[in-house]
Amino acid sequence: MTMAATAAVQSPALAVSGVGLTYHTSSGPVEALRGISFDVRDAEFVSVVGPSGCGKSSLLKLILGLERATRGSLAASGREITGPSRGVGAVFQAPVLLPWRTIEENVLLPMDVMKLDRRETTERAHALLRMAGLGDFGRKYPYELSGGMQHRASIVRALVHDPKLLIMDEPFAALDAITREQMAAELQRIWMESGKTVVFITHSISEAVFLSDRIVVMSARPGRIMEVFDNPAPRPRRFTDLSSPALAELTTEIRRSLDLASAA
Amino acid sequence: MADITTTSTQPAQPVAVSRWRSGAGRVLEGLISFAVLMLLIEGGIRLFNVEPYIFPAPSAIAMALYSGIASGLYLKALAVTLTEILGGFAIGSVCGILLGIAMVQIPVLDRFVYPYVVALQTVPKVAIAPLMIVWFGFGISSKIIIVALTCLFPSLVNTIAGLRAVDSDRIALIKAMCGSRAQLLRYVQLPNALPYIMAGLNTGIVLAVIGAIVGEFVGAKTGVGVLILQANFGLDLASMFAVLVLLGITGVILSFILRQVEIRLCFWSGKATK
Repeated sequence: MTMAATAAVQSPALAVSGVGLTYHTSSGPVEALRGISFDVRDAEFVSVVGPSGCGKSSLLKLILGLERATRGSLAASGREITGPSRGVGAVFQAPVLLPWRTIEENVLLPMDVMKLDRRETTERAHALLRMAGLGDFGRKYPYELSGGMQHRASIVRALVHDPKLLIMDEPFAALDAITREQMAAELQRIWMESGKTVVFITHSISEAVFLSDRIVVMSARPGRIMEVFDNPAPRPRRFTDLSSPALAELTTEIRRSLDLASAA
Repeated sequence: MADITTTSTQPAQPVAVSRWRSGAGRVLEGLISFAVLMLLIEGGIRLFNVEPYIFPAPSAIAMALYSGIASGLYLKALAVTLTEILGGFAIGSVCGILLGIAMVQIPVLDRFVYPYVVALQTVPKVAIAPLMIVWFGFGISSKIIIVALTCLFPSLVNTIAGLRAVDSDRIALIKAMCGSRAQLLRYVQLPNALPYIMAGLNTGIVLAVIGAIVGEFVGAKTGVGVLILQANFGLDLASMFAVLVLLGITGVILSFILRQVEIRLCFWSGKATK
């Protein structure tokens, strides 16, 4: 009894155990994921890297509850994921802002859809917009903002209903290298201030090393976990820290693991 | 960041002003070329002594238009025809949009209803107009129904296309927020379909004018179509052209109004966002 209670308290923010996913296509079954198991602790920042087509996005759909695993199970804070959940916020590759809504209206979309308290959510949204440097842009339409600002707005939208878990699918893939680094630094700040648990899918090793507490390396299809790396470097980190001996070695190790993953 | 605001708002004003100026310039250009064309026709007709029952002179058409409007005859007929156009357009378009929504939401309905709608569309409206006159009489209601049938198809087809042309990311976005299908429709699909629907309405309003005249040709007591027939029987080509001009202007104005509504409602359409 007490043991069960402790287990519930200590259950990880996200538990992925033995997950396999097979798509049934017209040309036969396609195995996207095989035997994926990892835990994400509360307030931890975990990145998933892997060659393209390794099933990173499939994994994301499973965590978001948009798809069901063929084998194994996923649980968020000890509760099995059977469908989309309000406890999760999602940031996609593209900002996916609705062009007919202002930035503020876009950010408040979860309030409309989830029927959240208007005053409380609006206050949160304003605070988050200010935190993301978009305080003066609430009344603008998405097409009036730069790509980086649109991405920040999409992160604010994912946070506005105060989810425990934030899932990000290569959110900066479409941005130029300089904006990418700025966004990563911004994300680190937002993450440190908000204390969310983040699962970050990327194909950039330096981004993963810069941001993460742990990095999960996946192999080519069917996606399997090759290795998991710890990154205990202190926060806040700067991009120049990446050239420090410890992080440079970590980067090299991940790269070596990815080379094996692409070959596998 | 502050400079971003200034760059996005300040150049907008000169652009708007120059657009207005070029718009006014284009209207002036059009008027001048129209006047020159009319003068040429007028001169040609006088030069070659063309009989008025073959081709009326622009001055005769203008006179006929003036007297028709001054006597109140044209405006009374136009009021009737306009009622038919707008009434039928409203009914047909609303039915088309609602049916389109229903067909996208309920696939079974799509499979069962769509063939009938296509069949209905394939039958020329001139062919079913006499039937409508038999069923609904010589009054205004038979024309409204003919116009409604004409407008139904473009708004239906465009509504369906617009509701289906939704980016899969936007669907995933709403689903990840635990959104229902009704919420997906309300927050994503319908706004997304708006430019498509407006394009359908713009096609519909032009067809509505045609539909109303066709209906009046087949059988009516009053209306612009009746005026055309009367002028035709009397070989009064000046009056006939005058009515056609009136009808053309009406069509252009209706289409222009819709276009303005579209610009207001779909201000975001065509702007690059992902």
